[in-house]
Amino acid sequence: MALKIIVCAKQVPDTNEIKIDPIKKTLIREGVPSILNHDDANALEEALKIKDKWPDTHITVVTMGPPQAKDMLIECLAMGADEGVLASDRALGGSDTWATSNAIGAAIKKVGDFDILFAGRQAIDGDTAQVGPQLAEKLGIPQVTYVQEFEIADNKTDITVKRALEDGYELIKIKTPCMLTAIKELNTPRYMSISGIFDAVKKDIPTFNAEFLGVDVDHEVGLEASPTNVFRSFTPAPKGKGEMLEGDTEKEQVDKLLVGLKTKHVI
Amino acid sequence: MNFQLTKEQEFVRKMVREFATNEVEPIAADIDKEHRFPEENVKKMAELGFFGIPFPKEYGGAGGDNLSYAITVEELSRQCGSTGVIVSAHTSLCCWPIFGWGTEEQKQKYLPDLLSGRKLGAFGLTEPNAGTDSKGQQTRAEDKGDHWLINGSKIFITNGGYAETFVVIAVTDKTKGNKGISAFIVEKDFEGFSVGKIEDKMGICASSTAELVFQNMKVPKENLLGGLGDGFKVAMSTLDGGRIGIGVQALGIAQGAFDVTVDYMKARKQFGKRLADMDALRFEMAALATKIEASRLLLYQAASLKDAHLPYGKQSAMAKYFASETAMEVTTKAVQFHGGYGYTRDYPVERMMRDAKITEIYEGTTEAQKLVISGAVFGK
Repeated sequence: MALKIIVCAKQVPDTNEIKIDPIKKTLIREGVPSILNHDDANALEEALKIKDKWPDTHITVVTMGPPQAKDMLIECLAMGADEGVLASDRALGGSDTWATSNAIGAAIKKVGDFDILFAGRQAIDGDTAQVGPQLAEKLGIPQVTYVQEFEIADNKTDITVKRALEDGYELIKIKTPCMLTAIKELNTPRYMSISGIFDAVKKDIPTFNAEFLGVDVDHEVGLEASPTNVFRSFTPAPKGKGEMLEGDTEKEQVDKLLVGLKTKHVI
Repeated sequence: MNFQLTKEQEFVRKMVREFATNEVEPIAADIDKEHRFPEENVKKMAELGFFGIPFPKEYGGAGGDNLSYAITVEELSRQCGSTGVIVSAHTSLCCWPIFGWGTEEQKQKYLPDLLSGRKLGAFGLTEPNAGTDSKGQQTRAEDKGDHWLINGSKIFITNGGYAETFVVIAVTDKTKGNKGISAFIVEKDFEGFSVGKIEDKMGICASSTAELVFQNMKVPKENLLGGLGDGFKVAMSTLDGGRIGIGVQALGIAQGAFDVTVDYMKARKQFGKRLADMDALRFEMAALATKIEASRLLLYQAASLKDAHLPYGKQSAMAKYFASETAMEVTTKAVQFHGGYGYTRDYPVERMMRDAKITEIYEGTTEAQKLVISGAVFGK
């Protein structure tokens, strides 16, 4: 049985100096160089490692974006993916995460059955980490987020992953089909290969419009249908340096903490 | 006329630039200091397809074009001139003559290993008494009926210490001048082949420049490359393309030195202002930027002519001549604008200056390029 893998990827602006549309409160993408989102590159790399092991594995990269997002798909193909699919339509513009996962979910259904759905943890522009998990919910498959290690058994069904937590990790067993989100610790993405570039540019990359996706443009996708709105985008002020409380016993440390809180009039 | 790169060429530049930044730059200073051939990066470049760019897939190439290959050498050389010339000598001087002059059997036998980078290639023309004057060849190939017997030596052979396949030029009939010279495909495991002295050079210290020694070396009959007496034509046509490879190496070195100098000038303050704010220096940098761009246009034109199967010998000579002199000028000024720091090994510009010098010398000196160009102007 040849494994079928779908990787969700996003083309993102390659800079922190991004400008924000004063009315829509969304990012202005024109004039900013675009790249394959970092975590998504990790997701693709893990899929490619599976393909290295079992060359009959078929990898389809799915993205939603403007027509120029095709360039990112070419990059994914040049790294070794088999196919790229672009969901693109003016009606999809301004989608929030809920609307985006509706559109990408519809695109995935058009691509067909799969065993593993890989996504990056989050995109460096929106930083929401929501689309992957929403997709899993809408497609009705189990999910594990923050995957830092991945192993698949020879039966191509049983998967063991290490899920990163803030202060440790969880070992989770999961079966296909499932959705996994990758973090940068998972692997080091490969480069495009030169012959891969020449093949990739020639490859046909289908564009799925809203009509083909079969989504309701008034209620499921796009800015108007999005239940969340961006009110303001800003660079958060850096947090002050934390203070470590010394003390031989826990009681001593708690005493110091109470004194500190009292002097700052917190309690 | 369209000056836009194709999508393929843009992706090649992006990919090689990433590779050069992540893999080549971090070791460039060390391999120069240690005079160490970067075997680890050669292996990585082989896996990524750097060694067979402008050749068809049927022989294991990437199915790309000469301009993509030129961009690859340029981007590698921006970080490390030695790494650039490893790819350049292999591609232009060994793979190309076998692809351009070889029989179908020779191509099937040698190209897959070369284009995949499993084996590295080199080219043996220069001898102690025959560089630009290739008629002065002393290496002899005798027809022994069922094989050729080659005796002699070659010097200054780029990749010489690490290559496994060589295109070697030797005299087959000394009475016939240029028509008495022939080309051969030689394997390092042939009986009578050995690598002699490894040169200790001023620059491109991480590239292997070696002497090749042939002592009663037996070469199979079928390894004659091109027809008997075609050696001069094989060599000259190979060098026409080789000039593009060295020209883009020079371009890359110049661009690399220029870029680090711009960064330095933005950060370095003297007399209360940044070097980048001093008009005398800004104007010099403007002149250098113009020369770099002119080099690039000449080189890309030559590569594009080659891709279009049009004559390009004059253009490649002009491009190599201009780009190598520009590289020397840019790197010398880069050291100057860095002041005392530029003269130290803590900054890459002194290495770039040493690396740039060879581009005015090998694969045809500047004087040899002027010979080609003036021949095109006045007739030979």
